[in-house]
Amino acid sequence: MLNASLRELSKQLAEKKLSSVELTSFFLQRIKTLNPNYNAFITTNEEISLAQAAAADKMLAIGKGGALTGIPIAQKDIFCAKGWLTTCGSKMLSNFVSPYDAGVIERFNLAGAVNIGKTNMDEFAMGSSNETSYYGIVKNPWDTKAVPGGSSGGAACAVAARLAPAATGTDTGGSIRQPAALCGISGIKPTYGLVSRYGMIAFASSLDQAGPMAKSVDDLALLLNVMVGFDARDSTSLQRPQEDYTSDLERPLSGLRIGLPKEYFAKGMSPDVESAVDSALAEYRKLGAETVEVALPNASLSIPVYYVLAPAEASSNLSRFDGVRYGYRAQSYSSLTDMYRKSRAEGFGPEVKRRILIGTYVLSQGYYDAYYIKAQKLRRLIAQDFTEAYQQCDVIMGPTTPTVAFNLGEKSTDPIQMYLSDIYTSAANLTGMPAMSIPIGFGDKNRPVGLHIIGNYFKEAQLLNVAHQYQRITDWHLKSAV
Amino acid sequence: MQWEIVIGLEVHAQLSTQSKIFSGASTAYGAAPNTQACEIDLALPGILPVLNKGAVERAIKFGLSVNAKINSPSKFARKNYFYPDLPKGYQISQLAFPTVQGGCILVQVNGTEKSIRLTRAHLEEDAGKSLHEDFYGMTGIDLNRAGTPLLEIVSEPDMRSSIEAVAYAKTLHTLVRWIGICDGNMQEGSFRCDANVSVRPVGTEKLGTRCEIKNLNSFRFLEKAIDFEAQRQIEILEEGGTIQQETRLYDADKDETRTMRTKEDVNDYRYFPDPDLLPLEISAEWIEQIKQTLPELPQARRDRYMAEFGLSAYDVSVLTASREMADYFDATVKLLPTQAKLCANWIMGEISGRLNKEDMEISDCPVKPDDLAALLVRISDGTTSGKAAKTIFECLWLGEYGKNVDAIIEAKGLKQISDDDAIEKLVDDVLLANVQQVTDYRNGKEKAFNSLIGQVMKAAQGKANPTQVNVILKKKLSGK
Repeated sequence: MLNASLRELSKQLAEKKLSSVELTSFFLQRIKTLNPNYNAFITTNEEISLAQAAAADKMLAIGKGGALTGIPIAQKDIFCAKGWLTTCGSKMLSNFVSPYDAGVIERFNLAGAVNIGKTNMDEFAMGSSNETSYYGIVKNPWDTKAVPGGSSGGAACAVAARLAPAATGTDTGGSIRQPAALCGISGIKPTYGLVSRYGMIAFASSLDQAGPMAKSVDDLALLLNVMVGFDARDSTSLQRPQEDYTSDLERPLSGLRIGLPKEYFAKGMSPDVESAVDSALAEYRKLGAETVEVALPNASLSIPVYYVLAPAEASSNLSRFDGVRYGYRAQSYSSLTDMYRKSRAEGFGPEVKRRILIGTYVLSQGYYDAYYIKAQKLRRLIAQDFTEAYQQCDVIMGPTTPTVAFNLGEKSTDPIQMYLSDIYTSAANLTGMPAMSIPIGFGDKNRPVGLHIIGNYFKEAQLLNVAHQYQRITDWHLKSAV
Repeated sequence: MQWEIVIGLEVHAQLSTQSKIFSGASTAYGAAPNTQACEIDLALPGILPVLNKGAVERAIKFGLSVNAKINSPSKFARKNYFYPDLPKGYQISQLAFPTVQGGCILVQVNGTEKSIRLTRAHLEEDAGKSLHEDFYGMTGIDLNRAGTPLLEIVSEPDMRSSIEAVAYAKTLHTLVRWIGICDGNMQEGSFRCDANVSVRPVGTEKLGTRCEIKNLNSFRFLEKAIDFEAQRQIEILEEGGTIQQETRLYDADKDETRTMRTKEDVNDYRYFPDPDLLPLEISAEWIEQIKQTLPELPQARRDRYMAEFGLSAYDVSVLTASREMADYFDATVKLLPTQAKLCANWIMGEISGRLNKEDMEISDCPVKPDDLAALLVRISDGTTSGKAAKTIFECLWLGEYGKNVDAIIEAKGLKQISDDDAIEKLVDDVLLANVQQVTDYRNGKEKAFNSLIGQVMKAAQGKANPTQVNVILKKKLSGK
């Protein structure tokens, strides 16, 4: 059960060699024993999980199960789930039990999957190391002195430490791919609009995208099949024919053109990461792919543009956390303004406050044109770069992160250094294009390295195919941290 | 110094959709607090807005009715500020690309027509309501209103008196109800005005500093608030002072405006495009479809009534005060095309008076257009008198005699005596019995004539056709 793929688990469940209750109990037990070492989960709820497992077993008994029926999935605590404490990693929501299900949760429930627990995350998904959570830092299972990455650090840790077979994450600037890379697992951020944002607590609405995190690409494809789909409750949700993301996995890669942006292979990347990426590219050439150099001239603007737009949207999205209707309210206050001020001062952590301040600043009169409008224009230029690059290649590859997982506390006092962790990943959020990370080896201190694969809009199936073919001839994804 | 008052109005019209602008919750008025607010209206973490197509349709309908441009795409923006009854911490509104842009409204002021230009009309959501009563030392929040669709109609500063402003507001009020996009109920806040008021010396071009008076929910308050505010500003300026730009509230009890907030504490709303809503594309086909549903507009109706029936501007403006009234007139006059003035008089007089007295709407009037037309036919063909018709009308109102006009005339004996011989007989009798008055009349006492008419009518128990009585009496007196 520990290292089994989703297909294997599904097969065992379907053949009644295993029940969902057994499987769920197994992982609940692991969480109970091991979570104190990692702090990957904020909340577990055995009662609900086991009830879901029992319901799944009934479905399976009458042969009505699907690929994920009865499979425990760890849900990032950013997804509202009915009856579950939903904190988004913040003190602000430390008492919020959601009365409704997010679109993503609904889809997993409908598929008969089991919610095994809510995973830890950077507060309101703001962070690249999982050190900003009100619920404490998460540790990297490969080396507990290292960060797991963020903001889906709890999710990445849960999968890497085998506390759950698979997990959901969300990615606003790299929050699925960066922790996947640092924890040695696979993760994909689909095209913006493919997965419903309804019930996913908003950080930066135009960048936020949910996606799956798992041990292998094959698992990701199965998870995507459940997660992707139109949701009328999300106006940015895309109406497209349902795709089977597993159908293209086995396509050979001969003739594939891999674009290597010279900007991603310049300074910034550490040598250990570079050599792992080089080895991975060598594997790809063996698979019949060719590499071409492409240019992304505005690549260096991604981080500055991201850190104007994301905080701008966040400052507005987080206004609702005012202590009036739900969530944390300060104990004592003297007036309405004082209540707002104290509730927000006490309820939000420093990184969230920092971004609210930046966002408020860039949207304010007199600065709006210079920052927000300018950033929107640059965002378009960045997207144009990619569109042009895709004239010459099918997918773009590079490192997911410039370094392997850094030490806990190493960057937490230097926000700029921390922000640079997302230097390669944020462009895909600005453009809305799909991107993923897969494990390709180990670097310094034997910590995992991830390969970043970016594709054109709606090319998820191709990305999965490209990544899966690599996993067919390598075994990095089979290495376990525990 | 002579001062000119400059007024622009912002009108908030609540659109008559069943559900809210971004959620499926009901918009019905008067429900218990917070029973019509779903997770979207409460702004629970993770919720997203979905635009109500009906609200957009109504905005387009309005735009078409004032000859405005329908913007496509129009865009929604977030207006950020903190207030306890604003659940998301921002209001979704429109800024740079409102759905409706430009247009104008023709207003009748003292018999002359004036065109008031519109700047824009944009869609937005309403906030909730803070309840201060019943909560000692605390405030209750009712989010039933939160998310109610509003169309904010902004005029250019084209009005020059409170009378013009009221005329404009009333015309707009009629229009939004006429085209069925707003119920216009001012007590329930479905139609409310903010007035921007400034003054300047007559003959100057430059606008004075304006003050905005918020939330005027009656035409009377609108007029009084503007008058007070203009006078206040004139007095300050005449004493050598300057006007502070500010937002003011009108206190109806004291009939004065007072400061709500000054420019110094005006919010920086940090508007930016709402990333949760895509730009709103409005196709030409959709606009055309909506155009087909537009009724004949008040202005067109007024022009038609004047041209077709020769009615006065006053009559026409009363008859088109609401679409229901105009439809009632149309239905009546259709049965009696040559008697438009008679129809108009009865609708404006007897019908309106009775409805007012009973506090009823014309749509609830128990005397239907066919009933009224049947009655008016009997007046115009002389079967009954105008006076007796009031009695018949009463029977129609009460639904007596199966609302059959002829049956009522018969039963109540209200048939007019129109037979010349019969009237002559009556006149002869009266002349014989009143020799003194006949002599007086013949000696030049005009008054005596009226007295004789009265005697004849009395003898006829009021049923004699007055015109005929008049003619016959005159003939007899002149000895012909």
